[in-house]
Amino acid sequence: MATILAVDDSASMRQMVSFTLKGAGYNVIEAEDGQKALEKAKVSSVDLVLTDVNMPVMDGIELVKNLRTLPDYKFTPILMLTTESAGDKKMEGKNAGATGWLVKPFNPEQLLATIKKVMG
Amino acid sequence: MSVDLSQFHQVFFEESYEGLDVMESALLNIDLSNIDEETINEIFRAAHSIKGGSGTFGFMEIAGFTHVVETLLDLIRSDQFVMEPDHVDLFLRSVDCIRTMINQLESGETCDMELADELKVVFELLLDGEKVSGVSSKTDVSSDGVHEENTGAQGWQIYFKPELDILRTGNDPVRMFRELSELGELSASAITNDIPAISGIDPEACYMAWNLTLWGDATEEQVNEVFEWVVDDSELSITPLLLGEESVEAQSEVEKLAERAATEESKSAPELVKETVSQEPSELQKATPPAAAKKSASNTPALKKEAKTESASIRVGTDKIDDLINMVGELVITQSMLSELGKDFSIENMPKLMEGLEQLGMHTRELQENVMRIRMLPISFAFSRFPRLVHDMSKNLNKKVELVLLGETTELDKTVMERIGDPLVHLVRNSLDHGLELPEKRLELGKDETGKITLNAFHQGGNIIIQIIDDGAGLNKERILSKAIENGLVTGNEHLTDEQINDLIFLPGFSTAESVTDISGRGVGMDVVRRNIQELNGSVEVESTEGEGSIFTIRLPLTLAILDGQLINVGEQVYIFPLVSIVESIQSHDQMIHRVSGGCDVLRLRNEYIPIIRLWEVFNVKPEYETVEDGLLVIVEGDNIKVAVLVDDLLAQQQVVIKSIRENYRTVNGVSGATILGDGTVSLILDISGLIKLAGVGRDSYKKINDSNDNEAA
Repeated sequence: MATILAVDDSASMRQMVSFTLKGAGYNVIEAEDGQKALEKAKVSSVDLVLTDVNMPVMDGIELVKNLRTLPDYKFTPILMLTTESAGDKKMEGKNAGATGWLVKPFNPEQLLATIKKVMG
Repeated sequence: MSVDLSQFHQVFFEESYEGLDVMESALLNIDLSNIDEETINEIFRAAHSIKGGSGTFGFMEIAGFTHVVETLLDLIRSDQFVMEPDHVDLFLRSVDCIRTMINQLESGETCDMELADELKVVFELLLDGEKVSGVSSKTDVSSDGVHEENTGAQGWQIYFKPELDILRTGNDPVRMFRELSELGELSASAITNDIPAISGIDPEACYMAWNLTLWGDATEEQVNEVFEWVVDDSELSITPLLLGEESVEAQSEVEKLAERAATEESKSAPELVKETVSQEPSELQKATPPAAAKKSASNTPALKKEAKTESASIRVGTDKIDDLINMVGELVITQSMLSELGKDFSIENMPKLMEGLEQLGMHTRELQENVMRIRMLPISFAFSRFPRLVHDMSKNLNKKVELVLLGETTELDKTVMERIGDPLVHLVRNSLDHGLELPEKRLELGKDETGKITLNAFHQGGNIIIQIIDDGAGLNKERILSKAIENGLVTGNEHLTDEQINDLIFLPGFSTAESVTDISGRGVGMDVVRRNIQELNGSVEVESTEGEGSIFTIRLPLTLAILDGQLINVGEQVYIFPLVSIVESIQSHDQMIHRVSGGCDVLRLRNEYIPIIRLWEVFNVKPEYETVEDGLLVIVEGDNIKVAVLVDDLLAQQQVVIKSIRENYRTVNGVSGATILGDGTVSLILDISGLIKLAGVGRDSYKKINDSNDNEAA
């Protein structure tokens, strides 16, 4: 079963994402900022990363950059949860190596549809 | 699959309150002449999270309002807007506004949008001034119209040449083709011309391009969506496939694409967000439970206040829980060891048994301490409201104040924390209002123009000490004394020490403020502060130097569940005094006892007359010693009155776990609770103020005694 690393500093968002994904049968690992996510990514095998952009300690963009330097995460799909517009943040994320994005606010159905897009 | 989003609401509310607190304190800390980037980021992040969450969970009122707040913050963050003091206040009001809205949602009411709408207008004006209009242009609608026409197509001809790096972003063309194939019948042919010689191949790069034909009634939008994440870095053309036409017009389409990408990028951030926000409501509302569902806002501010269903919860660090689990583990080991020992016990095993019991005792103690720690929160929870309070109040009073918070990590029981808030607010208000002088006056006195109020918390013994320190005028002893005489609190004949005079401000019916101000003259005096603190088994004292300032010191037990008690006995009964209430214990002599007309005996101790209460009389039990001379007198203080309580003997001092009598039986005068002693017997914990009332030696008789004795002496 595929494992998803869900990163968001907001506990409610994390719970919502995690609950939705678990309900759809995925394994979920949660982390509350980029730094913690990176640590967890190093010690677990993750098939997909979902990360918020604005976070304390280490933001989503930095997380993507760091993940891409790890051999295990070279090709892993990384989706950003973002409220930013097409411009800056999305492109910044893309340039850092993110696969794509999901625009907040989203509902559980949209989340699953997007996940399905990359996980099949 | 449908997910009930309402289950996440409580968490969202809690974290939003936290976010608002963060915003508030950051706003109060902001130094406008030198704005710290991280502070603005922090504020922005909090607003951003609230907006994101409220949008997700269907609270569109909050999302809409927070959006304008966030937009302005974003401009400030990117140096496109200069923040002025007025704006700080505007943001602070917005924080209040959002807090109120969340509060209303939490209690199941409809949001009152009046203030939000008002503030929103202000924000929009500011934003307009910065040429970032809140009015969304509708350019995209027309292009949507164009797509509509194309839906009549039989399918799509797609040319897709991804950038070399596509795989390194986690995107996989195969996945996209799979997605496309779900939209219709797909045929693909790869263009491999660009693949270099094997020696020059980078295995992680993608050198291929594809010509794809998708048959079916998929819309252009659906096709575009498949390539949404890669369109900016790839060559992509999508042309409608008309009947009989299957030509590739890739080149001419490239221009059109570039154009489209350009329009998309030029849209300002707020507009796009607004779009997404306004598109969602219908779906999100479905997921919202009826309680929070949007009714026609603002005209009915929900009359019925539903009983708040929020259950008291506490956030506990996982380290604390881990400690507990560890300790319970140890306990289980000890228990199994002891039970093993008990199976076949012989006297040779005695040392082992003793060792086991000792371990059991140690683990139990540790477990108790750690369970108590769960209820402990850093006092910053109680302190956090003060920066705002001081900020607002100093503005109202035209005083300059610097607030210093010390020892914020000092931990305190949650219940104590909740109940100490109001007394603290009162004391801080009092210091600000009556303590600190106006800036001009301070300069005149040679002090710094800016007054200083310090809140300090620290542990001392088993207590927590909270101090409110100001460098203001200090207490005016003459005025206190004359006021006390005027109000009949003292006669003026007594010789009072400075401390005793200062202490007078805690007596009921005392107030020296010449005029009742908006700030602290709310009819609540220092006596209420003291009473509230005493209800928590604590005490409050004031030290003051005229012209230099005052220090209010609050002493509180760390928890309400456990009490440091002094065990005493009367006959066969064992009672417990709270240790904090005991002043001293003495063995009396004949000369010290005075019989006063009216039947009450008093003890003369160092020029003070203290009424004597015979505990056996009050509780109607049979004592060992009926007379004062034979027993012991324990001098205790409650409600500012000292009494001497006659007991048979002092026993041990120990921590006792308080069990409520009121909850299990009913209120019993003179008794604040009960506990179970080591031998299994129940012992009552004495409530000193109740005991004084019960014995009928309240303030009136106390005064009478002192008066009559003074007269006697004179």
